[in-house]
Amino acid sequence: MSGLPPYASTGERVWYYSFRVICGLIFIFLITPILVVLPLSFNAQPYFSFTNEMLTFQEGAFSTRWYWDILENGMANPSATEGWWADVWQNAQWVRAVKNSFFIGIFATLIATALGTLAAIGLSRSEMPFSKVIMSILISPMIIPLVITGASMFSFFSLDFNPANWVVEGDQPPEDRWQLAFTYGGLILAHAALGTPFVIITVTATLASFDQSLVRAAQSMGADPVRTFFKVQMPLILPGVISGALFAFITSFDEVVVVLQMATAEQRTIPRQMFSGIREQISPTILAVATILVIISIALLATVEMLRRRSEKLRGMSPQ
Amino acid sequence: MAETTTETTKNAPLLAADGTPLRRKLEQALFVSRMRALGLVAPLLAFILAVFIIPIVYFMIQGMHNPVYADRMPNSTPILQAWDGQSPVTEEMAEAMVKDLILTRDNREIGRVATRVNQEFSGARSMFTSSARKAERMEPPFLEALVDADKDWGKQEVWRAIKVAATSWTPAYYLAALDFQYAGDGSITRQDAERRIHVALFVRTMEISLIVTISCFVLGYPVAWLLAELPVRKANLLMILVLLPFWTSILVRTTAWIAMLQGQGVMNDLMVFTGLNQVILQISMLFNDYKDLTVSSLCGIDVNAALGSIPAAVEKFGASPPGTLTRCGAEILAAFEQGGESGARSHAEALAASAQRWGYGDERFSMIYNKLGTIIAMTHILLPFMILPLYSVMKTVPPSYLRAAKSMGATNWTAFWRVYFPQTIPGIGAGALLVFILAIGYYITPALVGGQDGQMISNFIDFHMRRSLNWSLAAALGGVLLIIVLFFYWLYDRIVGIDNMKLG
Repeated sequence: MSGLPPYASTGERVWYYSFRVICGLIFIFLITPILVVLPLSFNAQPYFSFTNEMLTFQEGAFSTRWYWDILENGMANPSATEGWWADVWQNAQWVRAVKNSFFIGIFATLIATALGTLAAIGLSRSEMPFSKVIMSILISPMIIPLVITGASMFSFFSLDFNPANWVVEGDQPPEDRWQLAFTYGGLILAHAALGTPFVIITVTATLASFDQSLVRAAQSMGADPVRTFFKVQMPLILPGVISGALFAFITSFDEVVVVLQMATAEQRTIPRQMFSGIREQISPTILAVATILVIISIALLATVEMLRRRSEKLRGMSPQ
Repeated sequence: MAETTTETTKNAPLLAADGTPLRRKLEQALFVSRMRALGLVAPLLAFILAVFIIPIVYFMIQGMHNPVYADRMPNSTPILQAWDGQSPVTEEMAEAMVKDLILTRDNREIGRVATRVNQEFSGARSMFTSSARKAERMEPPFLEALVDADKDWGKQEVWRAIKVAATSWTPAYYLAALDFQYAGDGSITRQDAERRIHVALFVRTMEISLIVTISCFVLGYPVAWLLAELPVRKANLLMILVLLPFWTSILVRTTAWIAMLQGQGVMNDLMVFTGLNQVILQISMLFNDYKDLTVSSLCGIDVNAALGSIPAAVEKFGASPPGTLTRCGAEILAAFEQGGESGARSHAEALAASAQRWGYGDERFSMIYNKLGTIIAMTHILLPFMILPLYSVMKTVPPSYLRAAKSMGATNWTAFWRVYFPQTIPGIGAGALLVFILAIGYYITPALVGGQDGQMISNFIDFHMRRSLNWSLAAALGGVLLIIVLFFYWLYDRIVGIDNMKLG
């Protein structure tokens, strides 16, 4: 199909071009909704659609008011000139959502990447027992519907984990409840569990082409396992680990169903804030946030692609 | 290394330096390395078990075990469990009930008990709370006193419903999730026809997932093929168009589809501008009655309302919540604020005239907040999950096979259908199963753009978790969904293999 031979018949020519047109339409279907968000977020009017003024590029049809609204929404005193930034930092809803998203996302990513990388190394050893069963358990957070995950974690994390309250004797007043629901800790643990499958999949894929004889070579030269891991194996699989970490981060960054069940209003993340924004008051502020998120995902995509190429290069260097 | 040792141990047992047989030494070494591998996996396995698997098991058990009543009503529970459900209600039962009512009213637990019984018999909530208020002053005979407080206490089916609530371990919820009813005397009957909603919901969920899977296949196959055939450089460039949606937040994409598909959205504007809406309307009018069409002439309604009575129309527009106002309505409202009644009228007339001058009606299609919107948005969101596995399989099919088939006289179609297509089936299986598994548990998109008929089972589970607070029913519905998903997960493992899962 690549390139049309000079002897192609008319039918083949028609098919060749119509196939390309069909594919072009599907690409438009894939990309248009994402691109449409960008101009709409600069709408001066509070609508989700293009106004006539926008289509004719009239002055005043575009504005950045919704981007300012991201900062101002929820502020105690938007018109104050003193202490403006402190007000935004403490009260603005979207700013709080950004803080929550990064806080939860970063810690969940750290846990998921550390545990996931170790497990992937173990799973790719040929002598690993029950590797298939264990693999299917470890991948399951990606497969099981998020509603089930969220509901299960919420009902389990609502339990009181304080051992002092397990056995109640007489009229002794109950100790403090130790529960994970409605805490940052619970959200971090939940998101870490959801992120691990992605780390395992990417790191295992990188390890598949990792030359195990390098480990033996290092050990034969007297390096202990820890040193071998950090000096030989880790640098070579690092691109895979980083892209796994990015996958884990974006999973947490994008996750809303578990947050919906387990978070208080104070702990709302960006997608949770968007969710209620879409449900309750549709305002183009959401489009402005969406535009920023699209830019973030372009940056993440570029990073992952760069890492993939680098990893391919590294693999090319290792002897086959 | 292992092979050489087993070959040599056939004859005399070889001994290691310390005198133990080599075979045992090898076994020991293998055992140690196995344990080492297991040790690497153990932390994550323990973590996943603790925060993921055990919570799910605990949740599923809640679908069978609801001790709300038994924990709080210690006197009546054993008596009710011993009761056969057929013989008349005894004074002993009534006395235990009154004692429990006093107890739960004192420790303020009556609300939860009432809610629990209400799940079995609607109307029980008020019956319990009002009787509990009067329970302190009740005198024997207690059965009559209870009936005096609320005449429902005299009915045997009410006591049977309480018996069901008093049974902690019960199949009632799982049966309810499959539209069966579990009565106090242990009989299982089908739910009344108008209350059979869960099975229909599961069927609808499967139907939407299937349509989404098929749409993803139809759209994904040509794209994956093109990407696999193009030179790497071009393919990588086009791959960005697939991967960018993959990396973009689901919320962003759902928002984008709202902007695209809503009544005043990009698609409708485009169709009105090109007149395509009229073409579609004419075609669909050949098959349907005009009234049945899912067409809302939003702008038309606004303009007509305004032309009828400006003050009434303005009042209507002004009362509509922010963000839901249609653009015509907003323009008329703005014109009213500037130029009063006459200004609004002239603006409405101008709007009506412009619609007529263009020769287009303003029929707009409702493509969102219904099943159609859910399917379109979900197809878009899940399409990369179809394209990526298809692409990675198609990359491995040598292009020379197609050329060989053609050189031996196969037509293009035969070469594709008999040679190329069969080799891509593993990719189709992987993509289709992945899309189906992800679609069947989808929550966000149906919740935001599903409207009434686009709701799926996940939305129902969430409803029972957070709104009706019937966690046991949520757990039972979740259990059924989990079994379906696990079946397809098992199928995926059989056909594709979990270790072949790839991302990006």
